[in-house]
Amino acid sequence: MVATAVRKPRLEEVADAPAHTAASRIRVEHVSHGFDAPTGRLEVLEDVDLDVAPGEFVALLGPSGCGKSTLLRLVAGLEPASSGAISQDGTPITHPDPSRIVVFQDPTLFPWRTVWDNVALGLQAQGILKQEKSRGDAALRKVGLEGFARAWPHQLSGGMAQRVALARALVNNPRLLILDEPLGKLDSLTRLEMQSELVSLWQKNGFSVLLVTHDVEEALFLAQRVVIFSPRPAKIITAITIDHPYPRHRDDPVLTNLRHEVLNRLGLGKNW
Amino acid sequence: MNSRALAASEYLPQAQDGIPAPDRKPSPSASDKTAKAADARLAALSVPARSRPAFHAHWLGFAATLTWSLLAAITLAWPNKPAGFEDWAYTTEFGIAAGAGAFLCALLAFLSSAPLPPAARIPLRIAAAFRHVAPWLIVSAFILMLWEILTAKTGILPPPFFAPPSSLIDVYISDYARLADSTYNSIKLLLEGVGWGAAVGFTIGVSIGWSRTINYWVHPILRFLGPLPPTALLPIAFFFFPSSHAASVFLIALATGFPVAILSWSGVAGVNKAYYDVARTMGASEWFLVFRVAIPAALPQVFVGLFMGFGASFVVLIVAEMMGVKSGLGWYLTWAQGYAAYVNMYGALIVMTIIFSSLISLLFAVRDRVLVWQKGIVKW
Repeated sequence: MVATAVRKPRLEEVADAPAHTAASRIRVEHVSHGFDAPTGRLEVLEDVDLDVAPGEFVALLGPSGCGKSTLLRLVAGLEPASSGAISQDGTPITHPDPSRIVVFQDPTLFPWRTVWDNVALGLQAQGILKQEKSRGDAALRKVGLEGFARAWPHQLSGGMAQRVALARALVNNPRLLILDEPLGKLDSLTRLEMQSELVSLWQKNGFSVLLVTHDVEEALFLAQRVVIFSPRPAKIITAITIDHPYPRHRDDPVLTNLRHEVLNRLGLGKNW
Repeated sequence: MNSRALAASEYLPQAQDGIPAPDRKPSPSASDKTAKAADARLAALSVPARSRPAFHAHWLGFAATLTWSLLAAITLAWPNKPAGFEDWAYTTEFGIAAGAGAFLCALLAFLSSAPLPPAARIPLRIAAAFRHVAPWLIVSAFILMLWEILTAKTGILPPPFFAPPSSLIDVYISDYARLADSTYNSIKLLLEGVGWGAAVGFTIGVSIGWSRTINYWVHPILRFLGPLPPTALLPIAFFFFPSSHAASVFLIALATGFPVAILSWSGVAGVNKAYYDVARTMGASEWFLVFRVAIPAALPQVFVGLFMGFGASFVVLIVAEMMGVKSGLGWYLTWAQGYAAYVNMYGALIVMTIIFSSLISLLFAVRDRVLVWQKGIVKW
């Protein structure tokens, strides 16, 4: 972990690191998106340009309901963008793919499956469950829940359920992990614990991460780059690179200063 | 299973129906009565913390013994009132059976009162079960007593509309073949109809829940024809179908299929859309989304539909058998009515009750198996 501890978030360097061969580069070019609502057209995204380097951890920050989650759905391939182009390693994204896995705010575990069967969902969907059984156990171990393989989802606490959701994502060996406020509904203590776990999972697995969050502190604690969005229709206001090694400390003066700056950019400087 | 375990522990020897738990420590005042009590003290000394009482009378068990003995005595000793024909058959046998019941109650009451070691699992289980049913045994003996007195003994409820419990024995023995045949045919017809109805209803429900095109074409038909009571179609069905059996299967299937279709549909339509997103990002095919996401998620609703369908199918079965089918329990009822054989009717009704409640219990058992993952489901 020494290498990761001193690693700089400069893009070239990130791309060079050997662990990141399993990571995707995501390009979002001039993407606009909207919905046809009964009250008329609802524009959600406006001319968004975003690059995620292989292995980079990018946080998207913005007021709630601004359209960040929609951007994630577009990147996941769950919906096509109204205009603009999104590509993964140069290939246009047209449909969902197990190399880009989404973890939602709700764990959305399938209640009729045991923890293990939930984790193995991706393997089963891809028809490789029999050959790759060990990956299910490995994924559960990664999130420290190997003892709960046979439990039912309703028996889990919120934090454990979200861990299972993470394991269910990791089992697919994703090259991009898309996190849609994954810690938003957890209690604050569990959230702190899970933030550190997210960093170490990212460092060990080397995938790229696209994280949507409302929590400025969380974004600064986790991400190498924080992209700030305007209210709907979401436009990128600015991106702040956090050139700071991991593991980070929440009371680090560098992060404290950045936090002030981010809140200013969000128009919340006075509320600090 | 948990509730079972709980129920059993409720009836373990130390916590007996309203009687305060005995003092765990050996006290001289309690132990000098009998030799058994002295033994208990020895046992208590060797295992001081968890000793059991030597003999703790299970009063309700003995009360059950008493009431069943009383039933036997009344049946045997009190002569039947002459009812204008030969005497009710099997009165003596009924009395002897009640006496046997009393004897069994006595045995079980002693078993429940005895100090059983924890290792004696099966006796402990039997004792616990007996404790559980003892109040019901007492009440049922009183009901039979009242029944016997009002009919055979005093004739307050006159024949042929009323008959003593012993006459049911007569029916089951003398008309065994016809009843068994009717029962067999009823079950066969019912399962055939319910099987088709459930299968077709489920398929239709899932299809209209999943596909917009199918929904467009099938939903209006379902909405228009579904609420029609299948029994209203009975005359037409008997006319159109080649046999009354086929017509009955169709009508029973219709009765079962409608609720199953509606609830399967609502189950599939109500599946959390995020489940599909999760599965799709992991590379799930359309087949996977239907069979591994939509259907399992809809199963709780499907079972509600099955319960409703079962209930409706019982109605149609009996009506169809009364109207056209030449065998079955519904037919047996009309046949018995034609001969004013009311006791046979009671006999058939009891068989019907047992079959229908067993089928519902079976469905519940299957449901509990399939939906183990659900928390807080109703236990049957």
